[in-house]
Amino acid sequence: MTDSSNNPAAVGSTKFRKVGVPRPGTRDKPMSAQQHGRCLEVRDLNLFYSKTRALADVSLSIPKRRVTAFIGPSGCGKSTLLRCFNRMNDLVDGVVINGTVELDGMDIYGRSVDVADLRRRVGMVFQKPNPFPKSIYENICYGLRIQGINKKRVLDEAVEKSLRAAALWEEVKDRLHESALGMSGGQQQRLVIARTIAVEPEVLLLDEPASALDPISTLKIEELVNELKERYTIVIVTHNMQQAARVSDFTAFMYMGNLIEFDTTDKLFTNPTEKKTEDYITGRYG
Amino acid sequence: MKKLSDWYGGGTPWIWFNAGAVAISIVMVVGLLLLLTVRGMGHFWPRDVMQAVYAPPSASEAQSTVIIGEAVETETVSAAQISSSGIPVNESQPFYERQLVKLGNRDVTGVDFTWVLRDFVAEVEYPRNVVSLERREWGNFYGYLTAVLAEGEPVASASVDAPESDAAWEELSDRLSRALRIHDEIYDIERQEIGEINYAIERLRLQERRLELAGETTPDALAALDRERADLDGRYQQLSGQLALLYEQINRDSAIFLTAGGREVEIELADIVRAYRPNAMHLGNKLAIYFSKIGEFLTDVPREANTEGGIFPAIFGTVVMVMLMSVFVTPFGVIAAVYLREYAQQGAITRTIRIAVNNLAGVPSIVYGVFGLGFFIYFIGAEIDETFYQAALPAPTFGTPGLLWASLTLALLTVPVVIVATEEGLARIPRSVREGSLALGATKFETLWRVVLPMASPAMMTGLILAVARAAGEVAPLMLVGVVKLAPTLPLNGNYPYLHLDQKFMHLGFHIYDVGFQSPNVEAARPLVFATALLLVIVIGMLNLTAVYIRNQLREKYKSMDM
Repeated sequence: MTDSSNNPAAVGSTKFRKVGVPRPGTRDKPMSAQQHGRCLEVRDLNLFYSKTRALADVSLSIPKRRVTAFIGPSGCGKSTLLRCFNRMNDLVDGVVINGTVELDGMDIYGRSVDVADLRRRVGMVFQKPNPFPKSIYENICYGLRIQGINKKRVLDEAVEKSLRAAALWEEVKDRLHESALGMSGGQQQRLVIARTIAVEPEVLLLDEPASALDPISTLKIEELVNELKERYTIVIVTHNMQQAARVSDFTAFMYMGNLIEFDTTDKLFTNPTEKKTEDYITGRYG
Repeated sequence: MKKLSDWYGGGTPWIWFNAGAVAISIVMVVGLLLLLTVRGMGHFWPRDVMQAVYAPPSASEAQSTVIIGEAVETETVSAAQISSSGIPVNESQPFYERQLVKLGNRDVTGVDFTWVLRDFVAEVEYPRNVVSLERREWGNFYGYLTAVLAEGEPVASASVDAPESDAAWEELSDRLSRALRIHDEIYDIERQEIGEINYAIERLRLQERRLELAGETTPDALAALDRERADLDGRYQQLSGQLALLYEQINRDSAIFLTAGGREVEIELADIVRAYRPNAMHLGNKLAIYFSKIGEFLTDVPREANTEGGIFPAIFGTVVMVMLMSVFVTPFGVIAAVYLREYAQQGAITRTIRIAVNNLAGVPSIVYGVFGLGFFIYFIGAEIDETFYQAALPAPTFGTPGLLWASLTLALLTVPVVIVATEEGLARIPRSVREGSLALGATKFETLWRVVLPMASPAMMTGLILAVARAAGEVAPLMLVGVVKLAPTLPLNGNYPYLHLDQKFMHLGFHIYDVGFQSPNVEAARPLVFATALLLVIVIGMLNLTAVYIRNQLREKYKSMDM
């Protein structure tokens, strides 16, 4: 297991870190979402699954090149909201969406939008690692080949770059052409992240990316998120509040399809405005 | 009592019940294969040839005959039954043993099998110098070699009473191997080279007719055709000259044999396929003959209304037809399944279509044969002939049963299996993998093509395996759409366009039916029924194993995904 080669001290330090205290040196100066450059702008978004209202009048701005976390109890609509950003909900039968979601000022539900192109700009990583049953190399190349890029030199470069960015290069550089299915769960999830950033998206959507992984792999994913935010706008869904506190700059708390509170992570965890938020983060329900 | 209910409640009887069912199935399969092997493969063993005096009781004067032949099988019959057939046996003895003897010599005596009563057979011996001949016509011959002739003049002779002298036999063997060599040459020229020339001449004729129909019969074009034809004619003349020479050579030798009835028969060496003295051979020689016979069976064309020779065209036809069917059925079934599962709106109509497809698998196969004849051959085939093969009319090209239509009919017969299996495979691909592809900016089609279909390929292969298993054993529809009793020309050969889809072909399943029921000589053909059945099972088994092997490779490649 390559994962166990990790520094054990790092594991310990995660374990005992206090909730809500950011890791030193990884956090920018506190700043409100409004002050920062916006990437995704959500206005009055409603979503219905047949008769059920899954999102109710959600409005928020996701800042550029920061990590935004969505927290909330199961079924609160956080994943649904995330899947609105790359129109993954289109695949579900009987979904009705109204309201607007803008990506850099472009309405992604507009008529002229090419969904495939949108999804290339807004990459997504799912709860369970879902590598394709191909080689590691071909997994990374997948998105590029879809775009018609087949030059070996370009692909080689992209593979190395993406794997390095996903902190996986050293572990797999000697077995790029072996099946991706032979990797551990944590490696697979990082491979999926590498695959996603290989197509150079602007936004990375992470839907509980570590919930199926062991603590060491989880830590690696979190470290990776911290590195990646230099270049990407990251939105992460998690129901692990410690994780939200550790990795995010901004946090949105959702409850029953409503956005209850959205603020900087520090503020939300130490001094929430809403009673519901406070109840949730102190563990009174959820 | 307590114990019994424990035994029952613990499920032990069910385990025994299940194990018993499995055991019975295995015994039946093994028994079937064993029966086919023993009855089929025993046919090729060069059995000893016995000579005996047979003197059955008779109402009129008693008569005894000398018989020479192979003992084939024995059965027990009641005395009453024998008496009623006209042989006055002693009815106080309830049962008699009756033996089937293969006498051969159909051209001499008219019957080549006879039943004899064991009790009245005397002086059984196995003379060392009895010769067994396999001939190109009239079946086997059993008798004694008395003289070898070249151009009518004796070159060697032997006496029936001197079984130890081998000189004449060796002379015969030498001359026979020469005759067989010449026969092969003749065969090559007739089948291969002259066949090619005939084919080319026919193509020229069609070309001329096409020009006529198009109104383009310019003197230049005709002259060109004539030149080609003259060229072919020249080659034909040359070959027929060669042939005449070879025929002269092959007809040089003959041999004189003495039959059981004491008649002398002259047999041309050109008519002999194989000659051996079974009683003089030791095990090694017999094995050699045995395998050479099996080899002939597997690789040669049939002789004598399919009761002798090989069945290679039938093996070949079966395999080619099943492969063509796979080529037709796989894409068609997969595309239909992809549409049903991935694109069609899942509603009442799709459900109805799915039920209809499933029911299609239950339609009796002969109905497909009738459909193939009515739709493919009489409608589509006739249209194709009208449009593309006008030059050949009124002789139909595709408007008659043939390989293409048989494959298509079977493809239609098996397409429901492929659709159902592929649909199940598609349904098993985890949603997460599809979403992973879509999230990278792939369209639905790209996702299907690059991820979903490869992952579903083992399921497609499963469908194909089931399809092959069903199609390879199907006979009834084929009789209507392309299988014939004898078609020694293979549908795949060296003449352009190499694969002759319009040609009729032979099939192992139909061959069994034909040999078993349509043969002029049922007794002689019966072992061949078993041998052919065994071969059919083996061919289907091999086709299936190939498909299973490919599927397992694919499974290995795409295993994983147990999410």
